Amino acid sequence: MTAKKKTNEIDTSTMVKNPPKKFHHPYDELLRKYAIPTIYCPGCGIGTTIQAFLEAITKYTDIPHENIVVISGIGCTGRASGYINLDGFHAIHGRAIPFASGVEIARPDIKPVIISGDGDLFSIGMGHLAHAARRNIDMTVIVINNSIYGLTGGQDAPTTPVGALTKTTPYGKISYPFNLSQIAIANGATFCARYTVYEFTPLAKAIARGMNHQGFSFIEVISNCHVNFGRRNNLGDAIAMRKQFKKARVRMTEKDINKDWHKTDIEFKVGVGFTKIPTGIFLEEKERPIEFSERIVNAYEIKKS
Amino acid sequence: MEVHQHPEKKYYLITDESRCKGCGLCIAFCPKNCLGFSDEYNDKGWRVAKMQRMRDCIKCYMCERSCPDFAIFIDENEQTEKEELLKEEKTQEEKKN
Ligand SMILES: Cc1ncc(C[n+]2csc(CCOP(=O)(O)OP(=O)(O)O)c2C)c(N)n1
Ligand code: SF4
Ligand SMILES: [Mg+2]
Repeated sequence: MTAKKKTNEIDTSTMVKNPPKKFHHPYDELLRKYAIPTIYCPGCGIGTTIQAFLEAITKYTDIPHENIVVISGIGCTGRASGYINLDGFHAIHGRAIPFASGVEIARPDIKPVIISGDGDLFSIGMGHLAHAARRNIDMTVIVINNSIYGLTGGQDAPTTPVGALTKTTPYGKISYPFNLSQIAIANGATFCARYTVYEFTPLAKAIARGMNHQGFSFIEVISNCHVNFGRRNNLGDAIAMRKQFKKARVRMTEKDINKDWHKTDIEFKVGVGFTKIPTGIFLEEKERPIEFSERIVNAYEIKKS
Repeated sequence: MEVHQHPEKKYYLITDESRCKGCGLCIAFCPKNCLGFSDEYNDKGWRVAKMQRMRDCIKCYMCERSCPDFAIFIDENEQTEKEELLKEEKTQEEKKN
């Protein structure tokens, strides 16, 4: 047998001139089509994460779409709620979680999903996140960690690794970054996962699992901001950054859930890039912890009787 | 929109040049090297991705899932898919017998 030669010839014979029907993207009904194309830079990981979220709600969970509310704060990521054709709210900077808490307490049957950036949720909105996790309010937080403030032009964020060059740290960052997953777990989140944008299907499944979980669930997505973070740190374009994620990810298995979440620091080398990104589901509290709106109802019943 | 049909399996792969921003992710992550850049530019000035060798496509969905702009997708042909399933069942039964 002779090995098949790899040819680079262009073959146009498979093209259909008169398509039998009008084709549309499988998630077109869940997108606000007038807003597409998005404002995101070519290759940005936020678009891929939005698609993973849409895949999660259509394929992997039974929650009806009219019971999902997408809430986001300010930033490139914050625009996600404007592109998704579900009920949603584009909150002011850092205040996505207070809004979601209100939604959840007023209508416990509704599932608030927060899609927001690392700068939005962990610098200006850090206090809100800590307290929502402490109260174990039933919501799903998807934080897109691109190690930078993308929208405003690449200032250093609480997730920027040591030594990285940004607009506001021209000699290299001198302070240490947050490990977002550990912060969420330490504050009381009952579900926590981290995936890179390269791992599309596991990410979609983790989002669905987090949404099915009763209580505060936290999903961290390591994304590429090649324009503001990659460019200044010589990490290349979107393709190069995603290939780096593919190489650097260290997947935890189902057996490691609830065990190794304290060994999940991301490693970054100046000039090289990400060298280790532990991914997987870190924590899932199996015995159903009582979430906030349920406890409110319980408290009322005790008072009545 | 450009529509390509797989010669045997009959499913469609559609590229929407009005949405494409030419980031090249689908081209880079296609395991069979089916896609490439077109010689044409779209209205926004991006050089768009195009299906060049549909025959090699294995329907792995890598392009659809890596695209941040919902510009490339696969449309499964339900009829041929059912036929395929029937065929598979038949061959498996034959193997058993
Ligand atoms: C009260 C207030 N302070 C500051 C800003 C400026 N600002 C806009 S977006 C942003 C940071 C966004 O970073 P992140 O949440 O990481 O989003 P990304 O763009 O990286 O997705 C800041 C500081 C603002 N809009 N409002
Ligand atoms: S600035 Fe960064 S985060 Fe914002 S759209 Fe561009 S690549 Fe994405
Ligand atoms: Mg950011």
